[in-house]
Amino acid sequence: MSATMLWVVLLSTSALCFTIKFVGHSVPERWLANARLQRINALVPIALLSALVIAEGLVTKTHIALDHRLAGLAAALAALFAKAPFPVVVVVAAVTSALVYHAH
Amino acid sequence: MTRAPSATVRDAFSVSLTVGFYGVAFGAASVAAGFSVLQSCLFSLLTFTGASQFAAVGVVASGGAGLSAIGAAAMLGTRNALYGIQMAPLLKVKGLKRIAAAQITIDESTGVALAQAARGIGAVRRGFWFTGTGVFIFWNVFTFLGAYGAKSLGNPASWGLDAAVPAAFLGLVWPRLVTTFLRVVAASAMVFALIMTPWLPAGLPIISSVLVAVAFGWRER
Repeated sequence: MSATMLWVVLLSTSALCFTIKFVGHSVPERWLANARLQRINALVPIALLSALVIAEGLVTKTHIALDHRLAGLAAALAALFAKAPFPVVVVVAAVTSALVYHAH
Repeated sequence: MTRAPSATVRDAFSVSLTVGFYGVAFGAASVAAGFSVLQSCLFSLLTFTGASQFAAVGVVASGGAGLSAIGAAAMLGTRNALYGIQMAPLLKVKGLKRIAAAQITIDESTGVALAQAARGIGAVRRGFWFTGTGVFIFWNVFTFLGAYGAKSLGNPASWGLDAAVPAAFLGLVWPRLVTTFLRVVAASAMVFALIMTPWLPAGLPIISSVLVAVAFGWRER
């Protein structure tokens, strides 16, 4: 991605996210009271974050690539099952992935 | 009643510090995606909603188009509008204060504020402002540390940063998966993203996973 595009992403994301927050503080409650909208909205973070796990962990450009990141992700999953706190999960994934990366 | 303010401030502080620490992961992810340290810090100052920030840099890191990055971030940010609708009648602020309130309307400030309901409206407001401001301060400080640290490290793969990013996403979604239904939604979104990967341009499998949320949320269960 070009340097200009990085700025466009940064500034557009910031402007949009602030506008969304401000709209919430400014519109009448009934505007967003629709039950279906609320149900979908509650599931959006779960769907997007889950897709991001795949896109970041198992994908390179437009193909599936199982590499050192998969080892890191597996370690993160084990840490989560062991009820490790967030920073530990991230560090465990990084260390595992780096070890596998250097072993190759 | 002298205990009420201190208990609320204590809640606000512990949440701020814990959540703020996630900023290290964001700073590192942002730099690994190609953003500068300055841009990473501006993300946390201006966008200031963690999941959206992670999504934007995540899509960029995966080689996706700018529009996909912006779209994914905006869709993750929509819940903040619902928080604002809940908070506005409680805060009753206008002008600059409303702008400030809007900017710090996130999961944590709303969550702590609403949890103070039994302690009265004063505690609700203190909970919101202290948590929002506290997370803002710690999130930005830790973003800088993470971004600066990642910049000094060099090759992201060499230090496992490229695996730390998906692990961070996994860590963010994990605590939300409290029912079987939600776990099915998460698994479906993962499978969906995997299936779409060879067919769509980079970034689109991420944003199109919103369709999974629409499909599962369409009908009342």
